Amino acid sequence: MKLKKLILAAVGMAVGITGLTVAEPVQADEQYMPLLVYRSGPYAPGGIPYANGLVDYFKYVNAQGGVNGVKLTWEECDTGYNTARGVECYERIKIKDGKKGAVVMPLSTGITYALIERAAKDGIVIHSMGYGRTAASDGTVFPLVFTAPATYWSQATAITKYIGSEVGGMDKLKGKKISLVYHDSAYGKEPINTFIALSKKYGFKFTKHPVAHPGLEQKATWLTIGRKIRPDYVVMWGWGVMNSTAIKEAAAVKFPMDRFIGNWWAASENDTRPPGKASIGYKAASFYVPGNFTKLHADILKGLYGGDKAAALKNNWGEVLYNRGMVNGAIIIEAMKVAQKKFGNRSVNGTEIAYGFENMDMTEERFAELGMKDFMKSIKLSCADHEGTSPLIITQWDGNTWKPVSDWIMPDHAMVRPMYKEAAMKYAKEKGITPRKCM
Amino acid sequence: MEFLHAMTIGPIVEIIEYPTFFMEVLIGGLLTGVMYSLVALGFVLIFKASGVFNFAQGAMVLFAALTFVGLMEHGLPMWAALIATVAVMIALAYAIERLVLGKLVNQEPIILFMATLGIAFFLDGFGQTIWGSDVKPLDVGIPSDAIDVGGVLINWFDITAAVVAGLMVAVLAIFFQKTRIGRALRAVADDHQAALSVGIPLKTIWMVVWSVAGIVGLVAGVMWGSKLGVQFTLSLIALKALPVLMIGGFTSIPGAIIGGLIVGAGEKVAEVFWGPAVGGAIEDWFAYMLAMAFLVFRPQGLFGDKIIERV
Amino acid sequence: MFYREAGQFKTNYAKDQGIFPILQDRIWIYFVLVVAFVIIPVFGTDYFLGSIMLPFLVLSLAAIGLNILTGYAGQLSLGTGGFMACGAFAAYKLSTGFPDMNIIIVFLLSGGITAFVGVMFGIPSLRIKGFYLAVATLAAQFFLLWLFNRVPWFTNYSDSGVISAPPRAIFGDFFITGPDATHLSKYLFVVTFVILFALAAKNITRSGTGRNWMAIRDMDIAAEIIGIRAMQTKLSAFAVSSFYCGVAGALWAFLYSGSVEPLSFDVNRSFQILFMIIIGGLGSIMGSFLGAAFIMVLPILISSLPGMLGLSIPVDVISHVEFMIMGALIIFFLIVEPHGLARLWTVAKEKLRLWPFPH
Repeated sequence: MKLKKLILAAVGMAVGITGLTVAEPVQADEQYMPLLVYRSGPYAPGGIPYANGLVDYFKYVNAQGGVNGVKLTWEECDTGYNTARGVECYERIKIKDGKKGAVVMPLSTGITYALIERAAKDGIVIHSMGYGRTAASDGTVFPLVFTAPATYWSQATAITKYIGSEVGGMDKLKGKKISLVYHDSAYGKEPINTFIALSKKYGFKFTKHPVAHPGLEQKATWLTIGRKIRPDYVVMWGWGVMNSTAIKEAAAVKFPMDRFIGNWWAASENDTRPPGKASIGYKAASFYVPGNFTKLHADILKGLYGGDKAAALKNNWGEVLYNRGMVNGAIIIEAMKVAQKKFGNRSVNGTEIAYGFENMDMTEERFAELGMKDFMKSIKLSCADHEGTSPLIITQWDGNTWKPVSDWIMPDHAMVRPMYKEAAMKYAKEKGITPRKCM
Repeated sequence: MEFLHAMTIGPIVEIIEYPTFFMEVLIGGLLTGVMYSLVALGFVLIFKASGVFNFAQGAMVLFAALTFVGLMEHGLPMWAALIATVAVMIALAYAIERLVLGKLVNQEPIILFMATLGIAFFLDGFGQTIWGSDVKPLDVGIPSDAIDVGGVLINWFDITAAVVAGLMVAVLAIFFQKTRIGRALRAVADDHQAALSVGIPLKTIWMVVWSVAGIVGLVAGVMWGSKLGVQFTLSLIALKALPVLMIGGFTSIPGAIIGGLIVGAGEKVAEVFWGPAVGGAIEDWFAYMLAMAFLVFRPQGLFGDKIIERV
Repeated sequence: MFYREAGQFKTNYAKDQGIFPILQDRIWIYFVLVVAFVIIPVFGTDYFLGSIMLPFLVLSLAAIGLNILTGYAGQLSLGTGGFMACGAFAAYKLSTGFPDMNIIIVFLLSGGITAFVGVMFGIPSLRIKGFYLAVATLAAQFFLLWLFNRVPWFTNYSDSGVISAPPRAIFGDFFITGPDATHLSKYLFVVTFVILFALAAKNITRSGTGRNWMAIRDMDIAAEIIGIRAMQTKLSAFAVSSFYCGVAGALWAFLYSGSVEPLSFDVNRSFQILFMIIIGGLGSIMGSFLGAAFIMVLPILISSLPGMLGLSIPVDVISHVEFMIMGALIIFFLIVEPHGLARLWTVAKEKLRLWPFPH
């Protein structure tokens, strides 16, 4: 009951004002994690499950005895998906009780952009998992930014590959029409240049359709797409209420749902539930298999919720975005473990965890060991490659759950990597950075 | 040159070439405009009766919809939830009159405007604290299938919205013209002092107006909520209602409907036919620019009361 | 007892017309300057300087800008965010297009460009008044943001439409933007800049132009009848106001956040700054600072209070409660003192003058 929380908050405030409580000092070695989350504001429906998944994974790790004996502590700060607030949050919680965070997840492309310089100066790693500045996958220019397992640009190539396989081969793409509907912000604009390059390479016709924040009104967009351009496929880079509205409007112009593919931020239950029946058949990309079938899910359910499935579901357990937060947590803990192998079983700092990321080799077996069998493929990074070569999968909404409908698709890394390099070099030149050498 | 063509001749040729598509866009726009009018009506009611530019109308729409859905989620049947929400909105109106407006009598309009912004903040936070900020699907049984009328695709949902808006305007018109309270409201709108002196209880009247605006907000919230799902962004549709108000005039109920139609049709046609030439997503500012252009010729809006200034 | 002007004689007109004619006020101002230039830099932590003082000062500057337009000239505007964006993007284009230009010149020029844009959007104010004008300025807000979002030239064809400040020094190695700039150097630069601009604003409002603005504000028709030209007066208010907002936007993008996308200057920013001047006090430069402090610092305080006290309240509850407290406080202040914090300040001074013998 939310009312209880309200009263709790009110009491808390009252207690706070009278100044009763004092934080007690901590003794044991702990790994501090500053968490930039958003549980309020227009994008809260997407931010809440992600944050829940992440925190649940950390709690689960602590319940297992921590990371090689090092317990995790964390502090949340609510950014409201607002860049200025996010920057303030970062500055506020990057250090707590004298402990500096080693890694930060900005959870918004805009905030990532704003933090790249600051975090580099502070020696804190940014892990922007599947969002943020794509060019930052180049480890020579951005030693402390990681985009694993995949970037927007890779995702665009993978989605195009999927469309190619649907129409019967990449050569059949010639003359087809693909439209991109995107959130008119830094986030939504990321894949445009990739799609333009792809359209040149495969000879399909590409049109793009911006939707202004927050995306409440899309009738004109969809009339143009559905009744005038009539593309063979529509790809969407949407977020928040924009996604469900797009699905509704697409249904209103009778655009076939199975040819409407969202990116992985337009792939959650929040997007497909509000439109009801209209969204059956809608597809979206992902880098893991949706569902709550893994051993890890069962362990979390048992360990943290005492087997109370209703309570777990209320906390978004097993939802697409919950899983993403969980995977994010798993990758970071894995990086920490790799770093501990070299630096000893203690808490690690930014450069140490960056070493952990760069030497990470998460194979399918490793994921299975972590309780995530058949959940994700693999992540292997290096000093220069901060993205890795993880394959993606296309999922489909069947009215109740998301189901995988494709094989694992390897993005066209050969095509996007030179583009990363070019963008990273442009950045390095603008900022006067000398790229480091990688072996 | 190419750009000039895309801005001038291109769209006109396209409209003539595909008349059914143009009709579709136009009708779609008009029907969307009606949805804007639903929100704009609440603004008009309050401005008309008390001269307050109530920016909290958007937040009231959200709050009403959240309460309605939240109560339904707690197992109340729809009719009971509806009645309970109406009661909540009336209580809210009472609280606003008592705690805010009653204390700000005789203040400048901008101060009252700011106070409503404060109310908006409060309601946004309060609604979310109680009901949470996740998306709540709302299904009140409005069909959403599209029908084909001579090659023009029309959505049942939009038609329903139009009918609801029409009904609401009719009810409000009857309320204002025929009932005793309605006449009192008009008297207050004309002249506070004179209304007071003939014995119209100002406080009660304001409370009634805010209650009615709250109920109008509930209707708008239910319509928008079943279109988009009920969540925080609903309070932002207030921004879509503002150009409607400017065109229609802050004080005219039919103006809100006509303004809605103009804005809806204008922005959709502009977006579809002129948008691609400049990169799209022009809807938002186009509505405001259109409204500004109207105002330069008629500073009080199409149906607004004539502005008379005395030194 | 302490705050008396008895015995302070003015021997020439210049002294009589000074900004701070009373000695105690001057002492107070020197004290503020000492705090701003010595105490805060010496004792402030990086977080305090970089995340509280910087945005506070920059937003104060924007609030002064809006106060000139709304508080002094009476033209209600909701386009502040758009004008700030205009300044930010102008500064970006100028500093990347002319890398050798001194960053101070860049800021001033971007202010000038914004002033021009502001005048363009101020033209409708000659016909439209009151809330209609407020809504009409939203056209500027939405149009400018759309423009910077849509035209890739403004962002130097960046993939995502985000601009980020190139490293620049005002002289030698004194970097104020980019990774080499410390919070301290940024703070010192901004605080100097803002104080100079605040003084300039104070003087403009006391000049003939400022008096014309106030005449137009109090009743434009009457002002016209006594011979004040409405067009020049209104447009000059738009120009000066937009200049301030533009510079504030450039400072925000370059010194505070380092990189911005147009969405950072959305309509909420405009509302935030409007709140500042109303809570602070319409028609008061001092009020702009007080309002900015209140609106900017309070939410941070509310949201970090439970953390500081070691309470664990879920962050979403904190955010929602923050909204509620903000809303309630705004209403509370409007009821208690509709003329803003600046008015409270004046009242306090009046009281102090008579203290301890009020009769």
